[in-house]
Amino acid sequence: MTAPLIRLAALRKTFGGTVALHDVDLELRAGEVHCLAGENGAGKSTLIRVLTGAVRRDAGEYRVDGAPMPVALGPAAARAAGIGAVYQELSLLPDLSVAENLLIGGLPARGGVVDRRRLRAEAARKLERVGLGLDPLTPVRELPAATRQLVEIARVLGDDPRVVIFDEPTTALSGAEAQALLRRITALRGEGVAVLYVSHRLEEMFEIGDRVTVLRDGTVTRTGALGEFTEDSLIAAMVGRDVEELYPAAGARPERAAPLLRVRGLRPRGSAHAVDLDVRAGEIVGVAGLLGAGRSELLRAVFGADPPVSGTVEVDGRRVPSGRPREAVRAGIGLLSEDRKELGLLPELSIRENVSVASLLGISSRGLLSRRREADRVDKVLDGLRLRAGSYDQPVSTLSGGNQQKVLLARWLVTDVRVLLFDEPTKGVDVGAKAELYTLIGDLAARGLAIVVVSSYLPELLGLVDRIVVLRRGAVVGDVPAAEATEESLLTLASTGRSDGTGRS
Amino acid sequence: MALVVRERDLGDPPPRIVGWREAVGREGGGLVVLVILFGALALATDSFLTSGNLANLSRQWAVFGIIAIGELLVILTKGIDLSVGSVVGLSGAVVAQLLVAGFPVPVAVLCAAAAGAAVGVVNGVLVAYAKLPPFIVTLGMMGAARGLVLVITGANTIQPLPDGFASIANDTVWGIPNLFLITVVVIVLAGFLLRRTVFGRYVYATGSNAESARLAGVPVPRVLVTVYALSGLLAGIGGILLASRLDAGVPTMGETYELDAIAACVIGGASLFGAKGSALGAAAGALITSTLNNGGNLLGINSFYLRIAIGVLILLAVAFDQLQGRLSTRAARTPPAPG
Repeated sequence: MTAPLIRLAALRKTFGGTVALHDVDLELRAGEVHCLAGENGAGKSTLIRVLTGAVRRDAGEYRVDGAPMPVALGPAAARAAGIGAVYQELSLLPDLSVAENLLIGGLPARGGVVDRRRLRAEAARKLERVGLGLDPLTPVRELPAATRQLVEIARVLGDDPRVVIFDEPTTALSGAEAQALLRRITALRGEGVAVLYVSHRLEEMFEIGDRVTVLRDGTVTRTGALGEFTEDSLIAAMVGRDVEELYPAAGARPERAAPLLRVRGLRPRGSAHAVDLDVRAGEIVGVAGLLGAGRSELLRAVFGADPPVSGTVEVDGRRVPSGRPREAVRAGIGLLSEDRKELGLLPELSIRENVSVASLLGISSRGLLSRRREADRVDKVLDGLRLRAGSYDQPVSTLSGGNQQKVLLARWLVTDVRVLLFDEPTKGVDVGAKAELYTLIGDLAARGLAIVVVSSYLPELLGLVDRIVVLRRGAVVGDVPAAEATEESLLTLASTGRSDGTGRS
Repeated sequence: MALVVRERDLGDPPPRIVGWREAVGREGGGLVVLVILFGALALATDSFLTSGNLANLSRQWAVFGIIAIGELLVILTKGIDLSVGSVVGLSGAVVAQLLVAGFPVPVAVLCAAAAGAAVGVVNGVLVAYAKLPPFIVTLGMMGAARGLVLVITGANTIQPLPDGFASIANDTVWGIPNLFLITVVVIVLAGFLLRRTVFGRYVYATGSNAESARLAGVPVPRVLVTVYALSGLLAGIGGILLASRLDAGVPTMGETYELDAIAACVIGGASLFGAKGSALGAAAGALITSTLNNGGNLLGINSFYLRIAIGVLILLAVAFDQLQGRLSTRAARTPPAPG
């Protein structure tokens, strides 16, 4: 066996108080495809970012071909050391040509004027390596996703890397395109490149992987040849742990027969399927599915953030005009979106102003704000959420992730919200604040709200919700009581659309 | 336009006077500069603090101040209105032509103000519903409106205007110039609108993050149309007052005023990235540039140098704002907030 090309030992990385990676060892050999498995938030992205020099490690050893890498390794130095990475979000510039994208770091030029002949020739040479015969002067915008992915790979290969990291490369690809990509990766292995392959799709790992390292909560739980694993044992290694005590006890919630939220035939923009969904008062419904299954799109369509193609939304029997958030808010629906910074917070405004913005009509008369009434209503809710802040007048951007999430939750609680939609509520929230959020969500359900939670983190769904709706490519493929579901059954449903006899109701 | 009328209907002054910290707060820099400027000019010249010069200064300031307030509303939503200078010219031309045609003063004034507001509504609709970039929309409008002015006036100065019109801008009440009083009323109303009304909060929310605001139920398109309409209306009022002061409709009236308005906002602490700035700040910014010009004249400083000074002042104001922003984010980052 060859000596490892990359060797990580006792790697550690923390963000603020959160430990992202702890005591991670990893060996990558030339001519192997090494898979990295783990749930969302297990630390895969952080590990990749350490490898590519995007973030600094706190402690531990990082060697490439025996040479120790400095702690202050930057992206350029990592590239120079032979580490290349292909990401799921393509980083090509769509308005430039393929050739310009491939050579953007060092365009062939004479006296500052681009030499188009050499540009074209060099680009064509790079494209050949990935088996692409297209005209290098084609604008990237005109290429389909799969071809862009190959251009991206051609660019990385252009640096003659010894290690190539693939981060969820098949997410945006169709089945046949993904197969072609996997063959390309196998060919790279044949050329002696070390490949680190990160994917949610287990079947892909078994297809091309030689060895696998499983991360869970920032530590390596298993590492070994893929032949030693079955799909079940791999999932068990990714999941297996006790998280029950984090979640509030279910039950003891008022149950009414009539659904409070009633969604019929709702087809989000860009989806081929219509979705029905009922949520009773006091019920928490989880939505599971793989990346790109249309979970966020469903929530946004229910709220009217994007106008749906068709379908109706009713709250307590009353139709909500579709496609207009203002109407949804008026009807008592609240949405806590996944991307708090872009789609939630008003960074220049104070904490109090961030909370009151959705309920200004209620705390004003004839268009005039009453600061006192604003403070009364907002402060009570924020106190109840135990928001940790020096003053509610300070800018909301000074708060930590968990507290920002509380501010956005408070925004809806101050309105007379009856239906709350959570999209990845605990993303970027540390463990302590997570437990608090779970308790809060449980309390809200107990007060008779209808709640929908989208989460990629299955233990969270299983612990928190009453019922889980599984989406696959925009369609509902399962509707399972949480008590009867397991992570394995949900993963199977989400990835194949079929249940294996367990958990399907 | 409807909004301003409604504010006026409310009549009662705000129950709580804006506190010292609130007033000075983020825009404090401008006020400090102003105090220093006044002090220095009072010491350096004998004529600066005379009532005659102060009345003169306040008249020079008034039109800039009113336009800057409208510009501020747009800038708070992360937009920009380059058409205000042309709107000044347009409303001046409209009011002058109508007066010459024999319409009574109130009718002519109302029509000119409405013309300004209408231009603003067109800007607002293109920005809010057609989703065109504000810079481009108002750049186009700047050219189109100025062209309209030349068509209306035939590129000639329109005078003489009937008696009574000039008195709007040139008379005084108890020795205080009308222009000054009108401008103060506009500033107070705008300050009240921004700080005390739902609409004002929506303006800041839209400028802070339009998509977040929309998802919180803020009627973002309506807010945008209203701020551009108000900007147009205030520029229209500015044009009427300027025509009254000059007692003529001048086709080149208001040229480059849009740049002065933007400069006033920036010097007064507004951020072109939206959601930062106040009515008082913009008014103070306009007063700083007017005072520099006025003081420069008194001291006999070459006006070319004054332009350099004002340019440097803008750069300093923005640099100060950036520095402050960087310091505050660093302060927020270093001791990680608990929780």
